[in-house]
Amino acid sequence: MATRTIGRYALLTFCAVVVFLPIYVAVVIAIQPAARVVDFPGVLLPKSLTLEPFRNAMRSGNLGRYLVNSGVVTAFIVGGQVITSILAAYAFAFVQFPFKRVVFTLFLATLMVPAEATIVANYETIQHFGWLDSYQALVMPFLATAFGTFLIRQAFLGVPQDLRDASALDGYGHWGFLRGVAVPLARPAIAAFTVFSFLLAWNQYLWPLLVTNDDAHRTVQIGLKSLAGANVANLNLPAAGAVIAGLPIFFLLLFFQRHLVRGLTSGAVKG
Amino acid sequence: MAVPVQAGGAEVVVGRRKREWPLAVILLLPSAVVFGLFVFYPLARTIQLGMYRSDPFGGLGRYVGPSQYWDVLTSESFLRSLGVTLKFAALTVPTGLGLGLGLAVLGHQQLRGIGVYRTIFSSTVATSVAVASLMWLTLLNPSIGLVNQALTKLGHEPIIFLQRPGWALVSVAMATVWQNLGFTFIVISAGLQSVPDELLESARIDGAGPWRRFREVTLPLLSPTLLFAFVVLSINAFQTFGQVDLLTHGGPLHSTELLVYHVFQRTSNDPSTAAAEAVVLFGIVLLLTLVQLRVLERRVHYGD
Repeated sequence: MATRTIGRYALLTFCAVVVFLPIYVAVVIAIQPAARVVDFPGVLLPKSLTLEPFRNAMRSGNLGRYLVNSGVVTAFIVGGQVITSILAAYAFAFVQFPFKRVVFTLFLATLMVPAEATIVANYETIQHFGWLDSYQALVMPFLATAFGTFLIRQAFLGVPQDLRDASALDGYGHWGFLRGVAVPLARPAIAAFTVFSFLLAWNQYLWPLLVTNDDAHRTVQIGLKSLAGANVANLNLPAAGAVIAGLPIFFLLLFFQRHLVRGLTSGAVKG
Repeated sequence: MAVPVQAGGAEVVVGRRKREWPLAVILLLPSAVVFGLFVFYPLARTIQLGMYRSDPFGGLGRYVGPSQYWDVLTSESFLRSLGVTLKFAALTVPTGLGLGLGLAVLGHQQLRGIGVYRTIFSSTVATSVAVASLMWLTLLNPSIGLVNQALTKLGHEPIIFLQRPGWALVSVAMATVWQNLGFTFIVISAGLQSVPDELLESARIDGAGPWRRFREVTLPLLSPTLLFAFVVLSINAFQTFGQVDLLTHGGPLHSTELLVYHVFQRTSNDPSTAAAEAVVLFGIVLLLTLVQLRVLERRVHYGD
């Protein structure tokens, strides 16, 4: 019995080491002087620490400015998606209107159109609006999502009928019910969606690369590209860059892991 | 409940129904505008763009008609890119699914401290495409990357992972499988948790060993989750872009030129060709999504 338990832990630990290795290597390389990188396997156990690689990555990748851009863009996308999704979800869950099924199907249909398939025409639109190299270009196309609408609508549908009747008897209209009852009760679903939306918005790559070309608007993910090019002589740079750009999401996962898991699995298990 | 109240209630509902549609319009308008402008219009526009032939300056050029699709889709460069994408899907999807299932089963054990292992197994979900690519760039650097330093220590020749035609696609696939592992682990773990303990227990009492319990109880109940993960990983494979842009730029000798990278390169200087290829991408993803919806639909049925 005991040997079996030890075997299980050994297998678990082996897998954990393999899975975690790329992250661990990036972190240890990012906190050591460049000369130590060629000292394998000693590099895996840091002896002297330095913040120099982070400073260099911030400077040569212009990551400070890019982090601000990423923060602004992510805040607008997440805020916008949460608001538009709550509003649309409320309409589908609690408001009577003609052609509801058709409109709902159209909303769900947007999930079948991958962003990659529409970049050519969307690029043309953004160009036409004169929005290349602007926050609008990075934010506007992502201000609504059927995934959020669907997730929050499911939560709204779970609000007991009694509460709706009671709220109506108390003289609350739709806005009162939305703010006072529906949204507070749907908080878990809204939280899961918020974390999920943050993850996607912060990690975007293709679209920001296509529509921005200047330091004033490029996001941190795109900033990493310039560090990727400069890697031959100095592995510290890409490693430090990866750590810097990954940290916000790392903290998100640390504090909101439960919500994120809920968001990720709601498509699979909730049905 | 008294009859007059009910009648009054019904009246209110009917009265409200008449006046409610303007409210629905207000609530749905923000989403509808975004979807119209950035999903439905560009979809139609992309299909239309695919029927033009770009002029040499990246302009729209002249109208050719549906035959333009035939020309683009039978071009050597498109077919090569489609082939690379299929190869990439074959490299990443089964591997990712198998590893995700393995980790999920390992992480499902009742052991002290299992939470730490679960967190580590889900950790790659925190990495973006760019972050994961830079990490793999660090590992796979031809001269001072740790993998090659280790290989040299073991007396092996260093491998030029990202610049050799035979290795480049495999390397991009490795980075991709790793980056998706956190997601696959989380989804399959959730599926495992929904397998009722009583079923496993009664199978155990019937004398079924762990392998038989897994194969005959867990796996069938897990199959919808696995199919869901399979579809998501396949769609991901067809949408892959960042890894290629950061690790290999489509090279060497076009060996990692995946579909979306091919489209991206042509977006600003040959929009019509890019559009025709994007339509094919849409068709493939649509097909995969319909498969997924069928699966979810069936599950909802079973759930009822």
